[in-house]
Amino acid sequence: MALALYIHWPFCRSKCPYCDFNSHVRENFDSKQWGVGLRSDMRHESSVTCDEPLTSIFFGGGTPSLMPPELVDSLLTEAESLWGFAPGIEITLEANPTSIEADNFAALALAGINRVSLGIQSLEQEALHFLGREHSADEALAALAIAQEHFDRVSFDLIYARPGQSADAWFGELDRALALGTDHLSLYQLTIEPGTRFATDVRRGAFTPLDEDSAADLFAATRERMRAAGLPAYEVSNHARPGQESAHNLTYWRYRDFAGIGPGAHGRRGGRATVRHRKPENFLSAIARNGHGIAEERVLPLREQAEEAVLMGLRLDEGIDLDALAGRFGLSRDTLVSARKLEQLVEQKLVEATEERIALTESGMLLLDRVVAELLVGAPETV
Amino acid sequence: MTDLSKIRNFSIIAHIDHGKSTLADRLIQACGGLTEREMSEQVLDNMDIEKERGITIKAQTVRLSYTAKDGETYELNLMDTPGHVDFAYEVSRSLAACEGALLVVDAAQGVEAQTLANVYQSIEHDHEIVPVINKIDLPAAEPERVAEEIEEIVGIQATGPWAEGGAVLASAKSGLGVEDVLEALVARIPPPQGDRDAPLKASLVDSWYDPYLGVVILVRVIDGVLKKGLNVRFMQGGTQHLVDRVGCFRPKRTDLAEIGPGEIGFITAQIKEVDQARVGDTITTVKGGADKPLPGYREPQPVVFCGLFPVDAADFEKLRESIGKLRLNDASFTYEMESSAALGFGFRAGFLGLLHLEIIQERLSREYDLDLITTAPSVVYRVHLGKTKNEDAKVIDIHNPADWPDVNRIDAIEEPWIKATIYTPDEYLGPILKLCQDRRGVQTNLTYVGGRAQVTYELPLNEVVFDFYDRLKSISRGYASFDYEQIGLREGDLVKMNILVNAEPVDALSLIVHRTVAEERGRGMCERLKDLIPRHLFKIPIQAAIGGKIIARETIAALRKDVTAKCYGGDITRKKKLLEKQKKGKARMREYGNVSIPQEAFIAALRMGEE
Repeated sequence: MALALYIHWPFCRSKCPYCDFNSHVRENFDSKQWGVGLRSDMRHESSVTCDEPLTSIFFGGGTPSLMPPELVDSLLTEAESLWGFAPGIEITLEANPTSIEADNFAALALAGINRVSLGIQSLEQEALHFLGREHSADEALAALAIAQEHFDRVSFDLIYARPGQSADAWFGELDRALALGTDHLSLYQLTIEPGTRFATDVRRGAFTPLDEDSAADLFAATRERMRAAGLPAYEVSNHARPGQESAHNLTYWRYRDFAGIGPGAHGRRGGRATVRHRKPENFLSAIARNGHGIAEERVLPLREQAEEAVLMGLRLDEGIDLDALAGRFGLSRDTLVSARKLEQLVEQKLVEATEERIALTESGMLLLDRVVAELLVGAPETV
Repeated sequence: MTDLSKIRNFSIIAHIDHGKSTLADRLIQACGGLTEREMSEQVLDNMDIEKERGITIKAQTVRLSYTAKDGETYELNLMDTPGHVDFAYEVSRSLAACEGALLVVDAAQGVEAQTLANVYQSIEHDHEIVPVINKIDLPAAEPERVAEEIEEIVGIQATGPWAEGGAVLASAKSGLGVEDVLEALVARIPPPQGDRDAPLKASLVDSWYDPYLGVVILVRVIDGVLKKGLNVRFMQGGTQHLVDRVGCFRPKRTDLAEIGPGEIGFITAQIKEVDQARVGDTITTVKGGADKPLPGYREPQPVVFCGLFPVDAADFEKLRESIGKLRLNDASFTYEMESSAALGFGFRAGFLGLLHLEIIQERLSREYDLDLITTAPSVVYRVHLGKTKNEDAKVIDIHNPADWPDVNRIDAIEEPWIKATIYTPDEYLGPILKLCQDRRGVQTNLTYVGGRAQVTYELPLNEVVFDFYDRLKSISRGYASFDYEQIGLREGDLVKMNILVNAEPVDALSLIVHRTVAEERGRGMCERLKDLIPRHLFKIPIQAAIGGKIIARETIAALRKDVTAKCYGGDITRKKKLLEKQKKGKARMREYGNVSIPQEAFIAALRMGEE
């Protein structure tokens, strides 16, 4: 069985107003203490997972590009000795495109990172300011160039469907992004998440999010544009030249096992869901007490696993093999999803069904959350 | 047994909040019925709903011993009557058991419409009425003005000292004047009459189910004596029972050797269902009993009907059981099983009125923890059907729009009408008249008294059953009072209006309306449903139709976008929780033609908006 490893680095220099991830702004952190803690957490995971080699590792955050390269190196060394690395292992690190961080790229590559995902977010200066990013557009382009020099694979993120953003403005920006020559792009529509500063801003009327119709139009046109550029969407927001998809993220969407370590990291392995302590200090004290940072570990009933697999799998362009997926969890397809609903959704041209697989159509992808709810909620409660 | 001349049977008439319960409590206390410590506030209202709404649903009675200033000890029976027009018949039975009444009027607010209706009923029973002006210690109290108002509106003497026939001035809250009230009772309310040696005749005033005693029957003995061990016959119900207990409430239950003529008390006779002890029946002995029952008996007659369905279809059995249990205690509502295409199995229930409907609904959800969908309330229509090849002409009563016959066969339809009396500060009169007019009302009377107006309208009951009372309260800021009595059937041009959601008729939303208001109602319902039904993956037409003719239409646009932009390993749990929430929400929805309609929409759609 393949296994992916996620490592969460919780610290940021500042909190972005749209971000609802587990990130914490701290002046200083004790690099040595964190190395000890994360390695200990890793050892716990290796003791309860299969001893198949790792197929991917992902450093997420927070801002993992703030990690000292020696720390990254020590973690990768530990991981390799615990599980071993499968041939062609993908090791990704999320990075902010500032000059300070770009200075570390060479060392990170040397430590074993072979893919970076840069949080560029926009190529427009004004938009970067609105999004609360620390870097300038030029700084981002420079960082990207350095990254392309040091890493085999580079991807970056853009946030679109921003307040007042016109289709022309967005496609101008997207064309410039495509011209930068990466084989992978994550294009996220701006969504206002509860508990973020943007949520407060919207409530107070500081700005109005783009209306639903315009956002829907932009989403469809973006996928169209990306297909034409040779980087079709393989997931809701992720686009890649065929073969350049993120192997690590595919593990999530195909609902294969992954171990998650570090503050607030989630894992799914051996039919269990794990969550680590979110607050960095609590995480470290849990490590000191228990040797691992787990706050909650729960055995997932088979039906729940199957439902999670459906809701993740349908995010992918390839969709899911319903029979195989249901079979994986000892269910039949008809007890997992409502056959009647599926038929209706096919009629409404929101879902495409071949003998083997079901997948969302282009118009269905825009309504994915509702479609998944229809399929799973209408299913008979037999298990 | 108490000598007839020492008995006083009386009720208390008061508007809500004018202090009936407080005064009753004071009287009980003054006669030593309960110590200060035992007085939980407002002893008489037993049910939570009664306490919350300040209304009495079941008759209660308390026997008090009062030693008056003349040195004699009197037996005072205080009958607390139901306080709402829905229970008019029960009220009349309670009143028939008394010889007098205290009329309690708030010293600041004066006489209210509801009070008047009860006063007139009391007068019809030849009661001696003793006015009590309460809350005289309020800063806004105007006892003289209120006394004059009582004389002017009610037509009984209220000015002058109470000993000379005027109103008693009191403050039930502080206890001021409570003794005067008791003295006035003894002096002015006539004692009952009766013959101890005549065959037993006792009026069945009320009955309720007690988990320990079985059915408890409240009686007023007219002639003869009721004793333990007596074999009695219910003359209307035709059943026979062995009396195993007689007693009274002081207000604590107290067993007695007997209940003699003129007295009020209770009996038990191992009866399991209140249905067997119907209000208004006459109790006599099996041997040597009376030959004629007391006059005035009536079978309970439900006038408002609606469907009750469990939100969760799996709760049907629980609903059946709960309705059955409630019915043990309230024989005045009827129910039969009903099935609806989309709501599944439920019950069609009939009630004495709207408040009665609400009370049953609330008790089901509160005492039995049931989540219910209530369909549009309907009245009983009398439909005259013409002759066909296979069938003669006939007349049928319909209380469910689902049973509405083929229009081609209908010769005529009659609907129940009511006479409504509304009493309001005159500043709200304009909107109230408009409301009545909009509901097809016919004004029959309008009088002004001081700053108040009393208006009488004849209205079709079906225009009142939805939200008339709510609207009245809202446009008058709660000041208007409303009272009604049925005045029989009248012919009307009525049609059945269907609501179609995504081209499927929604049976729970069908209703019978007058042709002249059908279009407006249809439009209103479509507009409200548009807001109440969440957007779906497809666009949903909502139509109102009479027969095949669409009279109103709205469209709910299809959902455009609903997709989470970022969903990685750490987001699975959150997404899954969202899904669970949707599942729970789904259980509270009903499916019509692929459209999920939230439970709340059914009732909300029927509320005619704030024009």
